[in-house]
Amino acid sequence: MPGSVNRLPTVVIGAGHAGLAVSHLLTERGIDHVVLERGEIANTWRHERWDSLRLLTPNWQARLPGFAYEGDDPDGFMTMPEVVDFIHRYARWVDAPVETHTAVDSVRSEDGRYVVASNGSNGLTWETRSVVIASGGFNRPKTPDVAAELPPDVESVTAFDYKRPDLLRDGGVLVVGASATGIQLAEEIQRSGRPVTVAVGEHVRMPRTYRGRDIQWWLDKIGRLDERYDEVDDLVRARHVPSPQLVGTPERRTVDLNSLTSQGVGLVGRISAINEGTAYFSGSLRNVCSLADLKQIRLLDLVDEWATENGMDAEVSAPERYPDTVVEDDPSLSLDLTDGSIRTVLWATGYQPDYSWLDIPVLDRKGEIRHDGGVVTDSPGLYRIGLNFLRRRKSSFIHGAEDDAIDITEHLARYLDSLSVRTD
Amino acid sequence: MTTVQEKSANNGVNVEHLLGARNALTEAPEGAKFTWRATNEWTVGTHSESKVEEFFGLGDNQTHKSTFTFSADHPEVFAAEDKGATPVEFVLVGLASCLTAGVAAVAQNRDIQLNSVKATIEGDMDILGILGGDPEVRNGFNNIRVNYEIDADATDQEIEALVAQSQKRSAVFDVITNPTNVAVTVNS
Repeated sequence: MPGSVNRLPTVVIGAGHAGLAVSHLLTERGIDHVVLERGEIANTWRHERWDSLRLLTPNWQARLPGFAYEGDDPDGFMTMPEVVDFIHRYARWVDAPVETHTAVDSVRSEDGRYVVASNGSNGLTWETRSVVIASGGFNRPKTPDVAAELPPDVESVTAFDYKRPDLLRDGGVLVVGASATGIQLAEEIQRSGRPVTVAVGEHVRMPRTYRGRDIQWWLDKIGRLDERYDEVDDLVRARHVPSPQLVGTPERRTVDLNSLTSQGVGLVGRISAINEGTAYFSGSLRNVCSLADLKQIRLLDLVDEWATENGMDAEVSAPERYPDTVVEDDPSLSLDLTDGSIRTVLWATGYQPDYSWLDIPVLDRKGEIRHDGGVVTDSPGLYRIGLNFLRRRKSSFIHGAEDDAIDITEHLARYLDSLSVRTD
Repeated sequence: MTTVQEKSANNGVNVEHLLGARNALTEAPEGAKFTWRATNEWTVGTHSESKVEEFFGLGDNQTHKSTFTFSADHPEVFAAEDKGATPVEFVLVGLASCLTAGVAAVAQNRDIQLNSVKATIEGDMDILGILGGDPEVRNGFNNIRVNYEIDADATDQEIEALVAQSQKRSAVFDVITNPTNVAVTVNS
């Protein structure tokens, strides 16, 4: 009823895979709650990604608490409609109490309770003891400051707005960023006949398959995906490590800088300035490539060690090492953006969460939420799920939500118990 | 049985202090804002003397243990008196010193004992640029090459990774590879 106040022990914000996983575990614990969704279930996957995107994890890895992929293509990669369908089926199976088209306007703290307001002055308000923020980590595109200096004749597009190559102008495209997004878009745009240059900063190189198995299978086996946030050496670094250069395709192709350059894509260093219509690139291209090459070798060394220690050598194909990234002798340090050769700049420079509705002072100077493995310790009863390396390296993957949701709902249940408000 | 892994490498870098500083300054980022300073005075011809004495950091002015002086000039082929290194050679020295310091710090952090680290640095330049002989030619270096000879208790790959990581964290490498706004003013 508009204008009325609802009282519930818990409000979950966001009906994506993470919010629904939390909802299922809350229901199992008998904790009454609601899941507020600004649009439809799996809204981000449905509306805010490009057309060709598939998950970076194979289907066999797609699981949520109590639910797993059961199709006939375990080694395949879901398209976005398939992801949306998977999450919808999960929501139905969970029977999650989702309120769709309910955009949260504000969350504030009042006398040990949280007040969650939605949909403007006629919307519903909830008063609750605990809030789980599951609104995603990729709500807004993040662009570097230099983007503001782009000449007006060049079209500026973010990966957030990009859908497919034929919606871009004809002519050259500068793709800024060489993580999963950048290399995927560079490949399909180059294939569309628009010559692509990629500005390459620090990146993580990985083969799609190694010794006949998906790289995610190996990462899982060697324990990389389960590494915990309280065990890694450098958590800040771990949380900001660029997404690996992977693409999910039916052919299980590896896309890396070498495959792009053999397709005709040009490489330049990280963009460092745009001045009077000229873009300037860092002279560090060679080093960022050799850092990524060396890191890939270290990862494959770990995989090989694991295979030998676990008697897998006979079951999988022989170890392999890949050619170092080819960087030309004198990569361009600048590009004239006014001579018509570049018509579009595509910013594949990452995403950031939107906390504009969160009226609780828990953000750090970088605008990131301060939390200890998803527990917002400065504001008891407030939780976050679905961020890079929230509690484990796999936290940002769909299957990573399971363990995080288990830990967080357990903490939340204990918190509610301490207040004795299981049923408010 | 539990064994305690002792750190065995000693390259003379106090990594614990540096990591502690990183943690402290992340909490108090104002202290991380440093200003480096030098003074320079012309003597005669193309010769000048520079001094490095103070810098600002950790919220306060800091003083080096002693004043360092540097004499810069140009070689005789430039019809100068060659009383000091050429300014562009100071740039090469700055780059190499920065990278080498980084190699030592990263090696210490990775528990790798260094036995010797030597670098040769070369920068290519077409001096038609500075002479104004060809407006298409830039004044500065076209290319800089740094070559390391490193003897360390580590594999070739680990040594390569040290040098790569050192570049990633090097201030001078960044200064040279990326543009910087420079304001030169004159007191009236």
